[in-house]
Amino acid sequence: MDTALTLAWVEQAARVVAENRDHLTNLDAAIGDSDHGINLDRGFTHVLDALRQTPPQTPGGVLLTVGGTLISKVGGASGPLYGTAFRRAGKSLGDTANADMHQLSDALVAAVEGVRQLGAANPGDKTMVDALLPAVEAFAAAVEADADLVAACTAAAEAAERGSAATIPLQALKGRASYLGPRSMGHEDPGAASTALILGALATVAAEAHHA
Amino acid sequence: MKKLINAPQDAVTDTLRGVAAAHPELTVDVENKVITRSGGATAGKVGLVSGGGSGHEPLHGGFVGFGMLDAACPGEVFTSPVPDQMVQASRAVNGGAGVLHIVKNYTGDVLNFQMAAELVGDDGIEVASVVVNDDVAVQDSLYTAGRRGTGATVFVEKIAGARAEQGGTLAEVASIAREVNERSRSFGVALTPCTTPAAGRPGFELGEDEIELGIGIHGEPGRERVPMRSAREIAEACVLAIHQDMPLDGDLLVMVNGMGGTPQHELYIVFDAVRQTVARTGATIARTLVGNYITSLEMAGCMLTVCRLTPELTALWDAPVQTPALRWGR
Repeated sequence: MDTALTLAWVEQAARVVAENRDHLTNLDAAIGDSDHGINLDRGFTHVLDALRQTPPQTPGGVLLTVGGTLISKVGGASGPLYGTAFRRAGKSLGDTANADMHQLSDALVAAVEGVRQLGAANPGDKTMVDALLPAVEAFAAAVEADADLVAACTAAAEAAERGSAATIPLQALKGRASYLGPRSMGHEDPGAASTALILGALATVAAEAHHA
Repeated sequence: MKKLINAPQDAVTDTLRGVAAAHPELTVDVENKVITRSGGATAGKVGLVSGGGSGHEPLHGGFVGFGMLDAACPGEVFTSPVPDQMVQASRAVNGGAGVLHIVKNYTGDVLNFQMAAELVGDDGIEVASVVVNDDVAVQDSLYTAGRRGTGATVFVEKIAGARAEQGGTLAEVASIAREVNERSRSFGVALTPCTTPAAGRPGFELGEDEIELGIGIHGEPGRERVPMRSAREIAEACVLAIHQDMPLDGDLLVMVNGMGGTPQHELYIVFDAVRQTVARTGATIARTLVGNYITSLEMAGCMLTVCRLTPELTALWDAPVQTPALRWGR
């Protein structure tokens, strides 16, 4: 994965977040405070500006800019959590110009570890971890099985979607939804849903690059 | 949605420009969203920084001034501010005695202040943090993000602010702030939901004859939904929820706080009922605050906050304060 593909991923992620702004906000209205889509869309708009102003020269540089901008602009819990995920992934990639499958897998592991460290969420707490962790594991498994980038990203995106859907019956144990107790059951976690969208964007651009 | 705004995306900056114009005793960095006292840091005094989502006014900006906060960082409506704001505020108010961060216990606020404290610490500024978590509606902290920070934030900011003004060290100011938090409890009731400018519709639905017990301050639903009842019954429910969690005794500081959409007229009706219920516990209401101090936009309803005072806390509560929203003794 080179710098151009990394930039394409971020642009695609910004696009799907914008398209799903109201959907994410509606999910948040059910069990949170109705601002997840609004905040993430605002954050990615700033991210695109930042990438345009100072174009990074490496995939890691792109991810560091994304993370730093989300931390500086989004606020709420999603700013620090997504920001940390992207920053840890960026740091993990270092200054490599073209990340190979193992480097990408390590970067994803670093991202989920950063999120879990900061948010102290465990699998099953009904958070973004429920989409991110299975996606990272699916990507690693695909790499072990010598899958190519398209197959590994697709496996990760599908795992994230399944993980997000699986949050519906769960009772939230972290974040603002946890205040609802059992009333949080029956709703998809907005953070898991946006994680699935962002990883879906990665699978989309990987497939497009492959066919190009 | 009918609101006195120009455009949803400008709501917070337009508010801050108004605050700046109305209060020349404050310095407002509208672009970076940081409110400080005019005149800069007070040399040798611990700086107090708080912050949180907008929509809770007068909290926190209305409490910047002598005897209370040195700086406030307002985020987007109901969204915690970002670390950059807290770092800028902390640098601005550091008078050499360190900086206290007063943080309401919400995941976003805690995470952003945590990141800011690390960055400020890297500057060589001593930082302590106090997390306010006074809301008894959250019963099982083990299975939630923990109790929310609500009305006690006003008490913590006032009393810690007074201690800092008297020359307390960072450890002393942090310690009294924690003591106030530990001795305070809140319970809130919503009669209507509220609408953030960006969302354009209410955060939850409430029927004409329904109220929500145990609400937070972000328009999020609360502990349970019950039929509408009298002010006396609502006040009793609030007092008893607190009394069951923290038996009331001795001298109390009591705040009947409006959520933004309830007239002062009704808050006094609630306070009278609170007074009668508290009397049955044997405790004494020694100090009182009735009004809108920590709100949820236009939500109708009220929140009861009680602090079990000590002579020291009473003296610090009575100490002079001069802020846009709280002023006496000076």
